[in-house]
Amino acid sequence: MREALEGSQAIARAVSLAKPDVVAAYPITPQTHIVENLSKLVADGNLHTEFVSVESEFSAASVVLGAAAAGARAYTASASQGILLMSEVMFNIAGLRIPLVMTIANRAVGGPLNIWNDQSDTMAVRDSGWIQLHCISNQEAVDTTIQAFRLAQETELPVAVNMDGFVLTHTMEVIDMPDQADVDKFLPPFEFARKLDPANPSTMGTLVDPNWFSEVRHSHHAAMGKALPKIEEIDKLFAKQFGRASGGLLTVEGDKKAKVAILAMGSVVGTMMAGYEDYKDEMPARIVKLRAFRPFPAKALRDALKGCEKLVVIDRAISPGLGGVLGTEVSAVLSTMDNAPKVYNYALGLGGRDIQASTYKDLLKAIENPKAPRFSIFDVDLKKLPPEDR
Amino acid sequence: MIEYRIHGRGGQGSVAAAYLLAAAAFEAGFTCQAFPAFGAERRGAPVMAFVRIDEKPITLRSQVRSPDYMIVQDETLLLDPNLIAGLNPKGAMLVNSRKPASDFAKFKTRVVAFPATELAVEVIGRPIPNTALLAAFLTLTEHVPQKALASALKGRFGGKVLEKNLELIAKAAGAVEKGAWKEKAHA
Repeated sequence: MREALEGSQAIARAVSLAKPDVVAAYPITPQTHIVENLSKLVADGNLHTEFVSVESEFSAASVVLGAAAAGARAYTASASQGILLMSEVMFNIAGLRIPLVMTIANRAVGGPLNIWNDQSDTMAVRDSGWIQLHCISNQEAVDTTIQAFRLAQETELPVAVNMDGFVLTHTMEVIDMPDQADVDKFLPPFEFARKLDPANPSTMGTLVDPNWFSEVRHSHHAAMGKALPKIEEIDKLFAKQFGRASGGLLTVEGDKKAKVAILAMGSVVGTMMAGYEDYKDEMPARIVKLRAFRPFPAKALRDALKGCEKLVVIDRAISPGLGGVLGTEVSAVLSTMDNAPKVYNYALGLGGRDIQASTYKDLLKAIENPKAPRFSIFDVDLKKLPPEDR
Repeated sequence: MIEYRIHGRGGQGSVAAAYLLAAAAFEAGFTCQAFPAFGAERRGAPVMAFVRIDEKPITLRSQVRSPDYMIVQDETLLLDPNLIAGLNPKGAMLVNSRKPASDFAKFKTRVVAFPATELAVEVIGRPIPNTALLAAFLTLTEHVPQKALASALKGRFGGKVLEKNLELIAKAAGAVEKGAWKEKAHA
């Protein structure tokens, strides 16, 4: 049913529709409303789950690890410093191949302290081995959350659903909330073949010596590769049942044949789509909306960029001393492409700096200059810095 | 698309007003988007919230820099001359004030001044001007019917609070000129 809902409230409802057995989370801005809404659903008797109030994100992640290992459908959510505090456990969850779902309400990482949106938190756990999906709207975040529970159990991998903090979590918009009966049809009850079971004793997370460690890593990497078609398949099955898809691995918006393209993840894609509508007559561009960041859809990306000469990759985080993370990865997968587009990697909107629709035009204008830098923080105001820091 | 910016101080319900306006627009069949510009979340600190209403899906996520209309819940915020920066030249501003509109002539835009705090104190017994301002704003613009605001309130409040707010919006709606800003500023 279509409703006007705050993003966080909608996510709590979507999680509830998946009927998790265990929810453990510690509140942190801008994820707090998700946890509050879940807690309210439980208190009102509308969600029957073991809601574990923990004292930190490390414990939240540990509780869901243990719960899922014991065969429970488990969910957590966090952001920013909370993700950093979870990071050790996140690597364990993925390394032990525990299927569970987490929402990351993306926020900058301190210091200096900043509570606003960028994607530094999820980039900091880039190599944790989780499936990482990005959403451009609250509708996609709701639908992707429901898909994530199915994806997790079919791949035996944990799934992180990224949604931009504040920009999505605190925005009220029209969302078509799925019905419980439809979600029940789409999402089978949780099954985990390797679950810890006293009737069938086994161990998990034992010491793995050099004789086996590479094989463990290989199988994890291979599982991520096999998750690529699964992500597409589950999105298609969802679309068949609910009448809308969330964008598979990636989709191309805007002018699909344009020689220039802008690639991005998360809510900034929506703003670039609005920019396209404003400036398409003078400056048409393809907009590549990347949904799957891990596993990284190298082939789909090369296919989406055929015939493209110049590509702007927007990063919402930077790796100091290198540049943008997404831009660097896109460049890497394009290195094996014939006639690959020239990549211009621009970070913007760091720590909540507002991104306007006119940024679409500014980016495309910037790369017309033959001396355009291949990486910069696009919206930095150097005049604010002393000359020695520029 | 019509864009709105609501200014207030922490505690006046600016974010709630944005959500209510968006929810009312949804009730009236529009697509909508409402979100706050979060800063230091303290009572009394300046707060901004944004609303977009359209007939088609809204993908834009930026803050509203060039609003078609502004609602100012605390007139002292206008001591900052940049507050109305970006307001559509054909737009208008509703200010919560006991002063006559002519006192705001220097802003060179259409202003309606409406004593919402006083009305709120009289009806609900608390100095929270947001719902009275919204009702007056909807009478002026007729962008969304008053009954949609009433349904949005019903979705958010209950009991005595709802009852008093329904009484407040009925009073506020009748206190300003109907349809004075009816045209869409962006048209």
